[in-house]
Order: sequence, then C-alpha cells, then structure tokens
Amino acid sequence: MLKTRIIPCLDVKDGRVVKGVQFLELRDAGDPVEAAKAYDAAGADELCFLDITASHEDRGTLLDVVSRTAEACFMPLTVGGGIRTVADIRTLLLAGADKVSINTAAVNDPDFVARGAEKFGSQCIVVAIDAKRTSGPGEALEWQIFTHGGRKPTGIDAIAFARTVTARGAGELLVTSMDRDGMRSGYDIGLTRAISDAVSVPVIASGGVGGLDDLVAGVREGGASAVLAASIFHFGQHTVSEAKAHMAAAGLSMRLDL
Amino acid sequence: MSAETVAIIDYGSGNLHSAAKAFERAAREAGLDETRIVLTSEADTVAQADRVVLPGVGAYADCRRGLDAVPCMVEAMTHAAHVRGRPFLGICVGMQLLATRGLEHETTAGLGWIPGDVGPIQPTDPGLKVPHMGWNTLAIDRPHALLGDIPTGDGGLHAYFVHSYALSPERMEDRVAHSDYGGAVTAMVARDNVAGTQFHPEKSQRLGLALLANFLRWRP
Repeated sequence: MLKTRIIPCLDVKDGRVVKGVQFLELRDAGDPVEAAKAYDAAGADELCFLDITASHEDRGTLLDVVSRTAEACFMPLTVGGGIRTVADIRTLLLAGADKVSINTAAVNDPDFVARGAEKFGSQCIVVAIDAKRTSGPGEALEWQIFTHGGRKPTGIDAIAFARTVTARGAGELLVTSMDRDGMRSGYDIGLTRAISDAVSVPVIASGGVGGLDDLVAGVREGGASAVLAASIFHFGQHTVSEAKAHMAAAGLSMRLDL
Repeated sequence: MSAETVAIIDYGSGNLHSAAKAFERAAREAGLDETRIVLTSEADTVAQADRVVLPGVGAYADCRRGLDAVPCMVEAMTHAAHVRGRPFLGICVGMQLLATRGLEHETTAGLGWIPGDVGPIQPTDPGLKVPHMGWNTLAIDRPHALLGDIPTGDGGLHAYFVHSYALSPERMEDRVAHSDYGGAVTAMVARDNVAGTQFHPEKSQRLGLALLANFLRWRP
C-alpha cells in the first residue's frame, strides 16, 4: 500500500539554511547538507529545498548544495525557487534534484509547465500554488493565486489554475495557503480539499502546521498525498518519527522502516 | 576474484550522478571496495563491462530516442546481456525499455527482452492519484536473488516509486514482485541474467542500497 509522505522543507539562502535547524546536533546548523543527512536518518520520506537567494548570479552555491546532498542522501529531493527556464530545470536535475518546484514562472506562462514535462517527464515537475482566500464570510469559497511571497495578487482562481497546470503536465501540486503560512493554526483544509478533488495528481499540503493533528487533517480532511512542514521539525517541537507515529495511530498508512 | 566494472549507461536521461553514488555506497557496504562504477556513453565500455545498468527517467519515446542516438549502444547492451550473459539491471524507464512496446503518448518499440507492453496505470479505485508517487511495499511473486534478504510484504521495507505507466509482462513468470495500487502494479521483472525495477533503488534508502548490493553480487 502506498504510504502518506512527510516532507520537511528547508529554506536556503546563499547556500545556507535560513534561521538554521535548531534541534539537531549538527556541527553546522546552517549547512543544508548536514540538515538533509539528519532528516534522511530520521526517516523523512522526501526533502524539499526552497531557494530564496535574491540574485540569480548566486545560484552556484545552491547547485553545490544540491549535488552534495544527492551524494549523501538516497531519497527523493525537490528543489524550488527562482526556476524560470528549461535550462534551469536541466541544471538542477543534473546536479541531483529529483523534482523541481515551479511557482512564478508557471503563473506567468502555464506552457512552461508543458515544456518542462515534455522534456523531463511529468514525474519531476511540481507546480507550487501559493493561494489566499479571497471570498468574504458567507460567500462561496474562493482562492486566488498570489506571487512574490504572497504580496502580489494575480486575479487567477487557484482551483482553475490547478486544473490548467495539471492538464499541461504537472505531476504533483504543492499547495500553500498564504493565509496560514507561519501562523501555526493548521493547513487551509478547504483549499487543500478543493484542489485535491479537482485534479488527478498527488497534492502536497503546505502552510500553517502548528501540531501533529494538523498533519493528520491535511491528509484525512484535505485529501493530500503528502504533508510538508518546516518549523515544527526544525525547531525541535516534534521529530519526524513522532509525526509518523501520531499519523499511524490516527489510522493513516505511514512508512515506518527505521 | 578480480575487480569488476559496472557500467551505468549515460544516454542523456536524467541525473545519473546519484545512481552512481548509490552504487558506490552499496559496493562499499557489501565489502566490494574494488568494484569500479563507471558512467559511460561508450558502447565498447558497455559491451565489455562485467555488469550493466540502464537507468531512465522521463517519457518512454524520449528515452528510446536518446538510447538510439548513442552509436552502437543497443548492440553493445545486447552483446553484454545476451552474448556474454552479464548481469543487467534496468531502472524505472530503463526497466520499461526491456518490454516489447511502450504505449505512452505514442507506440514505441522497446528492446523486447521481457515480452509485454508498458501501458497506463489504471487504479480500480478512482480516488487513487496518478502518478503512483511515493513509498510502497513489495509483494513477492517469486523469490529472486536481488531481493535476497530484504524484508518484503506488508510489514517489509518500502521502495520509492514515481510513474504513470507500468509494464505488464506476457509471461507471468517474468514478474518477480508487484505493489498494490488499486490493483497489482509490476514492481520488478527478471528473466535469466536480466532484471528490472520500476521503483528507484537509488532513492529507496535501505531497501535500495540492499538491492544494489545484491545486484553487485548476483551470479545468474
């Protein structure tokens, strides 16, 4: 039986983990490779690096991080942030990423998703959907795509966009609620569910995890195939294995190989 | 025993670096430190190798075109596997290429080493997502050296899958293991000295490294 995946996500800037990973006894808490190895050993099902390096010229450090991670961790690695061209995708895959997560470039040009999927296969094209609820209380639920870290509205309906990019060949959708991101009040279950019901590809729930029950809800109520979280793991609130045990106890199928 | 050479065929399909690193680690863990792992697009190197690995990610037709674009590579693989009888492992689309035909988008001829077609996964449960993406357990159809001492079945180790198409072998005895995903999905095939895994051993942590080590020791 296919298991629900837990995906820790590391924000990386200029080759360093932003804020560091504070619970692990790492020689260098800011080294993404050290953090990746620790999550590999802890039983994470996949890893995600989100590159928030401001300038495109500094991408070399990210590629070095990706290739050193791929040499040490024999588990799937997704890399997102700043991917604009087919050449960007190729460079990351050759460095050792298994999947790339495309955000703004897919919003600007959904055909970019098709070009990536045709060249490298749908299995490695993840589209990151950052959405905010735009309907008021009492209105029919509606979410819009936002870019630039949730600051810039696009007027594009999130559910329609999910259908569009899936039809273009996205193999997976990473759905982040920009309302919930960093709020620790749980995923936006309505958003996750609406997108999961609208598409045939797997959905990763993201944005807002405050506790382990939120992970369960993302799958059970949100219909997600995988759950992504950052701070609850990085700051030592919970280990990956605690999260898995909790989700398994709630009746979800988890990989407990370790 | 003299040091062996394992040729991983480089034909422009995806990242072979991590596959090579996984084989190097598996060789170390198996005490086969002298085994040489080479990434190569040289047909001669493949023809003369002790063991051959055909990886592959992406679309079936693309992979086939990529393989055909390397001069004499299909002949070299065939020589290694069928004249010299060397152990051969296909991974993901590399395994699917062993089939007779691929039916992804268009009909593409495979190598025909494991008779059968590669068609879309159609889970009986419409709630199941495609691609079949993530960690699944293996159900054994018949014992095989590559799965050797690996715990399988519901309580066993997991393998990492990511695919929308699967190989249906004509001869059921060619199927070594399957996974359940709204029906049986072929996870591993083998015939004589040729084997293939739909999952990615190089991404499958413990199960994967154990399988690669078994391949390095395999004497079919």
